[in-house]
This record gives sequence, structure tokens and C-alpha cells, in this order.
Amino acid sequence: MSAVEQGALHAAAPAARPKTARRVPLVARALETLLVICLFLFMLGPLIWLAVRAFAAVWFFPRMLPNSWSLEWWRTVFDSPQFMHSVRLSFEFAPTVTIISAAICIPAAYAFSRYRFPGRRTLLISLFATNAFPKFGLYVSMAGFFYSLNLMGKFLGVVIVQLIGTIVFMTWIPTAAFSAVPRSLEDAARDVGAGPLRVFFRVTFPLAAPGILVAIILSFLAAFDEAQGTFLVGVPNYITMPTQMYTLVIDYPQQVAAVFSILLAIPSVVLMGFARKHVMGGRLAEGFQIR
Amino acid sequence: MTAAGLNIESVSKDLGGRTIVDSLELEVEAGELTCLLGPSGCGKTTTLRMIGGFLHPDAGRVLIDGQDVTGLAPERRPTAMVFQSYALWPHMTVFKNVAFGLRLRKLPRSEVTERVERILELVGLTHHLHSYPARISGGEQQRVALARALVLEPKVLLLDEPLSNLDAKLRVRVREDIREIQQRIGITTVFVTHDQDEALSISDRIAVMSGGRVEQYAAARELYREPATTFVAGFVGAMNVYTGTTTGEGIELADGTRIPCAELTATGGEFTFGVRPEDVQVTADGRGADATVVREVPRGHYKELVLAAGENELRAFVGSDMRLPERVRVSFGRVLCYREGVLQHATPAAVE
Repeated sequence: MSAVEQGALHAAAPAARPKTARRVPLVARALETLLVICLFLFMLGPLIWLAVRAFAAVWFFPRMLPNSWSLEWWRTVFDSPQFMHSVRLSFEFAPTVTIISAAICIPAAYAFSRYRFPGRRTLLISLFATNAFPKFGLYVSMAGFFYSLNLMGKFLGVVIVQLIGTIVFMTWIPTAAFSAVPRSLEDAARDVGAGPLRVFFRVTFPLAAPGILVAIILSFLAAFDEAQGTFLVGVPNYITMPTQMYTLVIDYPQQVAAVFSILLAIPSVVLMGFARKHVMGGRLAEGFQIR
Repeated sequence: MTAAGLNIESVSKDLGGRTIVDSLELEVEAGELTCLLGPSGCGKTTTLRMIGGFLHPDAGRVLIDGQDVTGLAPERRPTAMVFQSYALWPHMTVFKNVAFGLRLRKLPRSEVTERVERILELVGLTHHLHSYPARISGGEQQRVALARALVLEPKVLLLDEPLSNLDAKLRVRVREDIREIQQRIGITTVFVTHDQDEALSISDRIAVMSGGRVEQYAAARELYREPATTFVAGFVGAMNVYTGTTTGEGIELADGTRIPCAELTATGGEFTFGVRPEDVQVTADGRGADATVVREVPRGHYKELVLAAGENELRAFVGSDMRLPERVRVSFGRVLCYREGVLQHATPAAVE
């Protein structure tokens, strides 16, 4: 880095000695900016390309921008009952799965955090097993099982297969959130006259809420983006947005896939923004700085 | 509020296979402030948590105002606890923290506001009403915790090492404040601490605990003057401890050193002797055993002398301007005689 700076310096201002002291940070800053731009392009480039693509009518190499623009592809997607059906299905499955997952996992998380029972650690760690193995192998063996239970191509079957991907988030994050609430805060609430249920809803839950919210968002996205298991179990009755992508990539012009990708990304962006606003900043985060 | 007495009747508690509290007996009179004093692991916090209802005794009974509360959950007991960490709810303002218990009792809003404001005035915290706990200082958090406990007008106030998170200067001030408030409203109070200074300066009576039992339960002066066991003698204040026998006019230590002591009338046999450093009389050439000054430690308004008499080390407190030669004479003004750890005899005989 310093060799480059030196070289740049000499090329730029060989005569102006007094100015060199100010030029070093200038060059460093230029390199810094370049690096940031590169990183930015690396991360956002594909997304920008995707966004441009979604509005392109004709786009021939080597042009930087499309030859002509169009909203045709958006119309194709919004007018197609098949596509809109998959959008609706996705927005049915993801909330259903999230609610069921929360109903099962949050009480479990509370138990993991507050009670010492035999097999607690083993159980907690074994939840990772669902993420440790190649998912597709797991789904294929599940499919065999589902056939015998008559769950293939059923709503419930899809819900179950999507649940698997959410369990780790929904258990581990709330467990940590509950554990971060000091026991003495609960004792203090008991002491002034609150029964166990009231203690949970007025003290423990509000204090663990930011963590639980993060878990809910991550679970929603995991369910929303789940493609492999949903494809295997749901086809042909339940084609959600991610599984629709398989068909799109093969059967339609690239622009339709681009439009669909953008639609698929909307919940992630909205929810992440929500999480940032309500969890990272503000009073809730501040409240955790308790001694 | 009417003051109520507290009785603990042979309460025991095992935790993790270890006996933490062992048939403990304690009686706190109405309006009295009792300290549970002892080293960590002596069972004092466990005892407090059993009074508050957070732990259930394996045996024995807890009575408040003559009523058996042993089986009651914390929310049903007339006790209020100030926690070591204060345990303020970080998502509620100071006002809401204090008002929480009153609101649970479905009191009218105006009465809640009035009582909260009155109690916050008592602890001197009327500003900060709408601050969150994380925004106020440690001393102020401590006051909020105290106000939250007092606002419910409990019969017994429980304090679990409430000053251990404060710095030294503040600790002295806050403990005086706590004592003053306690006296003003006359509430029966149990105060857990491992700091003997704290215990000696604010309590009516102190229960010194060790191994889950009360070693001695007495007022500060008696505890200091006549520690009932060698444990109490060693734990409360400084103490020289020796083994030896009594002679006609003093004691003879294990190595044969004889140190005179007026009025020591205990009959012969082996004793463990305890002598407070202020009861070691040091003179340049008076009556007494020969000793040499090993070290002088200035302590402000007095100084501590480390002396050697034969093979024994003695610590003595003398005036800070007292000038002494290297070779001195020592005698004891007051000796406590213990046999098998229990006080047998003290000179002069009794505390008036």
C-alpha cells in the first residue's frame, strides 16, 4: 500500500514538496473510496443488475443499459393467475409457519432458559442437527415418511417441512433472550405481589421481546424463502414463490425471473428495516444495559 | 403502619446436597433492625430468601406477627425485599417501578400517584420521576429500590446486601439514610451484610452466622465486648488469639511467656484466650512481660503496634503520639477465656 502511495505521489507532484504532507492522506482517501466502491459493487451489483433487468425490454451486449425499457414483465407477473397464486400461497404459509413455530418454540425456550431438566443441553444442541446435515437428504427421507402418512402434497405437509428450518432460530434466540433477563427482576415482581403469569407478561416477556422479535423475523424469512422442502412436498398443489422460481428460470425470459426475485426480496428488506428501527436502536436496547 | 415481629423457628434448608441453613432460630422484635452478619456461604442470604418466600424451608416455620407464612408465595407475604442488584425493571420509569405493586392492587390512580410521590419524597428522589433506571446513578437506583419496597407498607423489610454496589463514601451515607428512614417509620427490618462495620453501625441487634447457624445474637456493644464464641471473636473486630493456661495473676502462653492481667480469676486448665488490641497495655517500664516492637502501623487517630513477646505476636492499639522504646512491657487489661470455642469467662466479669 505504501509503495503504491509513494509511486502515486511522485507521479502527481514531483516538484511541490511542501504539499506532499497534505497529499498523503488525499491518496489514502482516494484508495479508500475506491475500495468502498468496489465492495459496494460487489454486494449491490447483482441486485442493481437485477433491478435494471426487470425493467428491460431489449438489452444487447455490450451496452451498459438496456436498449429499451418496459413494464411489460411486471404486467406479465401481475396478470398471471399462476404467479399471483404463488405470491398468495407464500403469504399464507410463512405467517402460519411462524405462528405455529412461535407457539411451540417460545414456551420451550422459556423452559430451556429457566428450568434445569435432564437432557436439557443435549436437546438444545440437537436442535442444530436439522441445520448440520444437507437439507435435501433430510427432505428425501422425510418424503418417504410423509407418503405413508399421506402428507405429500398437503398443506400440513408443507407447513411441517417449513417449520424445520425455523426451529433453531425460534428456540435459540428466545432462550438467550430469556436468559438475559435477570432472575432478580422476576423475584422483585413476585415480591410486590405479581403472580407467576403476571410476572411473565409484565416483566420477563417485555424484556425478552427484542430477541423474540428478531427470532420471529428470521423465522418468517426462513419459511418464506424455503424452496427445496416445499418443492418436494408441495408439488404440484402448493407452488410458493421460491418454488415458482424453479419454473421461471427454466421456462420464461430472464426478465420475469428478475421481477419475481425483486418481489421475493421485498419482505426481507421491509422486515430487516423494521428490526433495525425497533430492535437495534431506542429504549429497548438501552434497557439491556442494566447492571 | 403497625410494626410486627418476625420469628424463625428451627428453619433448615439444603441446597445442592449441602446444608446451608441448619435449624436456625431467630426472633426479631417489632420495629427492630436486625443484621444477619457472616462470611459468604454462611446462609444469611438463604435465610433472607426464606423469609421473603423465594425459597421454601425443608423444615421449620417462619412467623410474621404471629402468623405462619411458611407456605406462602412471595406475592402473598407481607414482606418487601431490596435486592443486592436493586432489580429495578429497566423498561419502566422510576415512577412506574414504584407504582407497579400499587397498581396490581387496583388502587385508584390518584391514590397511587399520591403514595408514590410521598414515598419518593421520603427517600429524597422527587426529581427523576420519569427517568429510566439506566439513566440514574447507583445511589439513586438504590433509593428507588427502597421506595419500591416501602410503598407497599410491608410488615417486614428485607435488605440483601443493599450497599455492596456503592462506593465507600456513598455506602456510609446511604446506610445512615436507611437507618433514619427505618427509625422514622418504625419498620421491622432484616439486613443482610458481610461488612461488620455496616452491621455494628446501624443495627439494634446483630445475628452473627456461621455454617447455617446463629453463633451469637446480641446488640453491637455486647457482641464486641463479649463475643460468645471464638468464631464471633475472630469475625467481629480485631482480636489477638492465644492458647495457654491461667496463673494466679495472669496467663501463661504455650511457650511459657507469662503476661499479667488484673482480675483474671478463672481457674486452671487449657483455655483459648482472646484479647482486643485496645486491651493490650503497653508501657516503657511498667509491670508486665517483656516484648519488642516489631512494627508500627499508623491508623490516623491511633496507631497499631505489632509486638513480639516470646514466640507470640501481639497487636496493640495505642495513641498515635505515644512514643515508645524498642523494648517494652505488656500486660492485658481484659481477657476473654474460651474453652472448646465457647466463652467461659471474661474480665472484668460482665458488661453493665
